[in-house]
Amino acid sequence: MGEIYDVIIVGGGPAGLAAAYSAWQNGAGSILVLERDREPGGILQQCIHNGFGLHHFKEELTGPGYAQRCYDLVKDKPEISIMVDTMVLAVRPDKTVCAVSPERGRMELQGKTIVLTMGCRERTRGAIRIPGERPAGVYTAGAAQRMVNMEGYLPGHKIVILGSGDIGLIMARRMTLEGCKVQGVFEICPFSNGLTRNLVQCLDDYGIPLYLSHTITQIQGKERVTGITAARVDEHMCPVPGTDFAVDCDTVLLSVGLIPENELSRSLGIELHPLTNGPVVDQHRATSLPGIFAAGNVVHVHDLVDFVSDEAAIAGKYAALTAAGKLAAAERTLPVVTGNAVRTCVPQRLRLTDEGESVRLFMRVTKPIRRVKLVIRSGGNLILSKNLLAAKPSEMIAVDLPAGKTVGLQDDLVVAIDEEE
Amino acid sequence: MKSEKRTLHCICCPLGCEITASLEDGQVVAVCGNSCPRGEKYAREELTAPQRMLTMTVRILQGKLPLLPVVSARALPKERISDCARALRRITAKAPVRAGDVIVPDLLGLGVDILASRDMDHI
Repeated sequence: MGEIYDVIIVGGGPAGLAAAYSAWQNGAGSILVLERDREPGGILQQCIHNGFGLHHFKEELTGPGYAQRCYDLVKDKPEISIMVDTMVLAVRPDKTVCAVSPERGRMELQGKTIVLTMGCRERTRGAIRIPGERPAGVYTAGAAQRMVNMEGYLPGHKIVILGSGDIGLIMARRMTLEGCKVQGVFEICPFSNGLTRNLVQCLDDYGIPLYLSHTITQIQGKERVTGITAARVDEHMCPVPGTDFAVDCDTVLLSVGLIPENELSRSLGIELHPLTNGPVVDQHRATSLPGIFAAGNVVHVHDLVDFVSDEAAIAGKYAALTAAGKLAAAERTLPVVTGNAVRTCVPQRLRLTDEGESVRLFMRVTKPIRRVKLVIRSGGNLILSKNLLAAKPSEMIAVDLPAGKTVGLQDDLVVAIDEEE
Repeated sequence: MKSEKRTLHCICCPLGCEITASLEDGQVVAVCGNSCPRGEKYAREELTAPQRMLTMTVRILQGKLPLLPVVSARALPKERISDCARALRRITAKAPVRAGDVIVPDLLGLGVDILASRDMDHI
């Protein structure tokens, strides 16, 4: 066995960098970050737009600016090493890691603890099964974003975007500013899945039409995309016959959702959650295997990188404490379960000592709702309630449970939306 | 006197507050629905002289990567955003640069500098 580290971090995006910094702040003596791209920073490097960092750094930054801040915090620390161009092939329950890089070949590394921060990736055409030809010119929005913002290529000139997730909206503006014509954004849901601010400043500002309750029913073109057929969908998301129309384009960008990237976690054998598609974690972001932590978009897809950094700082801290053998044993474990209209909640369990601990819960609702009350109960007792002006599936809700409220909890914590007024 | 109400969505942060502004003879007289002072400022500006931040890339010579992401030092007049983007498409910077370096001073005479968003080392 080669090198031994207190904390090995798989992925050098915002989560990995924040975990490294936090592990360092909490006394870890040797920290290794493994990054498969040519530089650290992850997806932020291609998200050149601004709006990042308002929570975490208290100022508005661009994606590369945010990445720079994260990197500047770790780059000169002798305790922290970052290997780029390094692909992790396996993480094992004994906390060994197998990785390869052009520079060092195959490596076997040993961690006292591991933090999984692999992030997420985009759903592709295959995941949504659009019928039609298979021409060139169909890209995920993120692939196009990397081409335009980092490599210096335009994927096409006349663009149609499927899906109104934030990346799709951002790319609609970006392609327009680069001189392309964006014909429209098609969204199968009756509501947008992106932030309102992006609808305003990416579509409205440029007069780009948003077709809600619409989808692409066919992509045309033999060698290259020549156009698409769009149609309205009914309440079951099925195309309505007779509503179809043709749209001329040479490029289709897909912004149809993100999936946490958990191939390593799956072969490692940690418990994954069927709805978040990420590891089941406790409030310290410890997974079901001892000494293995996870944070950021690999656990659940976030809206804001700021919350990714916060979450990864928690994982880094507890990985460092675990590596040093300083973590107090929990007295009991309580599951956090979702009730009415709440689709997911992270963490999915709490490991509590008798002193209690303040915990931030992140959840997503199943549908857009206005003026609701979020309630947290345990064994029939109301633990916390919070009024919300509006809740949307596209916007993660964060609720803080103060330490005092977790003392003496015995029963499952149930998080639900109270819809009766 | 002509009174009207306009509804707009704040773009200052991801909350996206729905703001209602009351106008009299084209002048904003009241703003409600915002949850912070930035919302009021946004609504007043949006209805009189709308502004937007601009982020773009410019080519960079001898850099580790072929493109450098850039950002306007502050918001630009909304109606000039397309002109500014067009102007930046013709700019070539030279590595090395540090985050915050001025890449284009006073773009199109609008009094706003264009800054590097990140460091870009020499190749």
